[in-house]
Amino acid sequence: MSYFSIARSSLVKDIRLEWRSKDAINAMLFFALLVVVIFSFAFDPTAEESRTIAGGLVWVAVLFAAIVALNQTWSRELRNQVLDAYRVSPATGTPLFLAKAVGNFIFVSAIEALMTPLFVVFYKLRALGPVGELLPTAVLGTWALVVNGTFFAAISLRTRSREVMLPLLLFPLSIPALLAMVNATTAILTGEESARFWVALLLAYDVVFTTACLLMFDIVLEAE
Amino acid sequence: MKRGFTLLATVAGLLLSFGLYEALIAAPTERTMGDVQRIFYYHVPSAWTAFLLFLINFAASVVFLVRRNAAADILALVTAEVGVVFCTVVLVTGPLWARPVWGIWWAPGDIRLTTTLVLWLIYISYLMLRRFSTSSQTPLVAAIVAIFGALDVPLVYFSIWFFRTQHPSPVIGGGGSLDPRMARVLLINWAAFLCLAGLICWTRYLLEIARRQVEEAQGMESLLERSP
Amino acid sequence: MAVSETKPIVVADGLIKQFGRFSALRGVTEEFAPGKLYVIVGDNGAGKTTLLRAVAGLIHPTRGTITVLGTRKIKDVCQKIGYMAHSSLLYDELSGIENLNYFGELYGIRSDTSREVIARLKLNPALERPVGQYSQGMRQRLSLARAVLNNPELLLLDEPFSNVDSRSAQQMTELLSELRQLHKTVLVVTHYPAHLKSVADEFVSMVAGTVVKRSGTLEAGV
Repeated sequence: MSYFSIARSSLVKDIRLEWRSKDAINAMLFFALLVVVIFSFAFDPTAEESRTIAGGLVWVAVLFAAIVALNQTWSRELRNQVLDAYRVSPATGTPLFLAKAVGNFIFVSAIEALMTPLFVVFYKLRALGPVGELLPTAVLGTWALVVNGTFFAAISLRTRSREVMLPLLLFPLSIPALLAMVNATTAILTGEESARFWVALLLAYDVVFTTACLLMFDIVLEAE
Repeated sequence: MKRGFTLLATVAGLLLSFGLYEALIAAPTERTMGDVQRIFYYHVPSAWTAFLLFLINFAASVVFLVRRNAAADILALVTAEVGVVFCTVVLVTGPLWARPVWGIWWAPGDIRLTTTLVLWLIYISYLMLRRFSTSSQTPLVAAIVAIFGALDVPLVYFSIWFFRTQHPSPVIGGGGSLDPRMARVLLINWAAFLCLAGLICWTRYLLEIARRQVEEAQGMESLLERSP
Repeated sequence: MAVSETKPIVVADGLIKQFGRFSALRGVTEEFAPGKLYVIVGDNGAGKTTLLRAVAGLIHPTRGTITVLGTRKIKDVCQKIGYMAHSSLLYDELSGIENLNYFGELYGIRSDTSREVIARLKLNPALERPVGQYSQGMRQRLSLARAVLNNPELLLLDEPFSNVDSRSAQQMTELLSELRQLHKTVLVVTHYPAHLKSVADEFVSMVAGTVVKRSGTLEAGV
């Protein structure tokens, strides 16, 4: 029973479940599309203006879409109370957490990959800065959202109206990460400033909260 | 214990009245801002008190996680509640002061006010979690959330600090040296606010203990009921 | 109660569990000896399931202690415990063998063991259908297969016979009697104690969160 084999089979299991039921991914895709379309009606910017606002729009859209996936991630385990089967087993909580976080990272990244072209088309986007830096921003930013999101989704399992509780817990804590993601993206799109500091801040955020989540997840899983 | 409480209440009352007099009448009028600057004597001590309470909340949460004693949990709950109240005072007085001085209510780049706002949001969500939790181990989960909140604070601070360098905005007070007479009034008011906060926390602490005792008694009662 | 020579496998001492103002367990002090099959009976809300979940380590008692296999840290001995709940504890979208392979992984068990266990419960290991499409009887048998996957010393079963056809019930009873011959301890919570008349060592009756009677035979009317 090794740590990584449990994490791997949990991840494979989650992807298989999602592939067969398509609970989260369909809802997330449609939701993301709706957000992009509604934003395009709400804001009709020129190519110049859109460079300065697109960073905010993209990440807010991703944040909303991610909530759909994050809420699904543990409700899969509540059906038939499967989580109890995990809790009575000798496996510790962290490999399960890691698998869930990576799974959500994959789902949300897939959504981003599909949303980005839509945003480019609707907002006539063309970056003036180094486009390559968008990749580390997206990777670190997405991880920042899903690592805490997965953790707080597990916490909100044990609350009334849990689907509402997740954003209430997640959004305040995610403010520095969001600020970093939005400003890094804007900096790259406008090409006026460097995104380096923001990427470094995201990295620090990821390191701090990944460590905290891994250290404390067992307690959350053990709590009734 | 009861005498200590009365003493603290008296001291708080005296300090608050004295502080009010000092702040509104005795303290010198600021040269550029005028009388509106006097809100400073309420704004800043509230902020310091709120931060101190949140610090205690963090410490109590860590203690609870290690020792699992109910007193630490109650302390964490109480300091978060009272801290949110003082934090609200900061967030109300801040814009009241900013409006006449800068001409705007709110500047997102102002590092202290914005950090305070995020802090306020974090602790509101902490209190909501405590309220909505159905777990029998709410204190444990709450302690974890409190620690996450505390970890977030430096990140919030740095993010806004860098945000400001890109979006310059004015800063209230700060910089320059404070007139010693103003500093004295500030400290008196802070002492008064600390006494007041301590008093409210104490009352709330006793109330929470009483509430838990009632709950336990009701639990015992339901144990004794023999009906199936 | 007869004094047993061996050390008891489960010891509950003044066990109290409250959910808010509702007391599910009101002071249960009982011992269960190894190698026996106990049937726990009682009305809904008598605390049977709560007792079983406390033994499995899924809930933390409000007061009192529970010692399983000589320790209070149930997580340390969970390798030797099997737990079957009222719900299936299976993923509906996965097939039977996929489910068992996944849970086997958590115990460090390889997939040939899963196939063996499935065959023992007379389920077809080659079945590709997702569990959601199984009949209730098949699902319960698979659920039992999951619980015995790690070859536990102590097996906890919550309502294994609910909505089960008589053939499946028969197969499950056979497996339980086999386990008893292997000196495993079994605690069964059920509304249908008649199924276990032939294999049970003791019947434990619970009323309103307490154990009111233990007897070797099942009396009419229980």
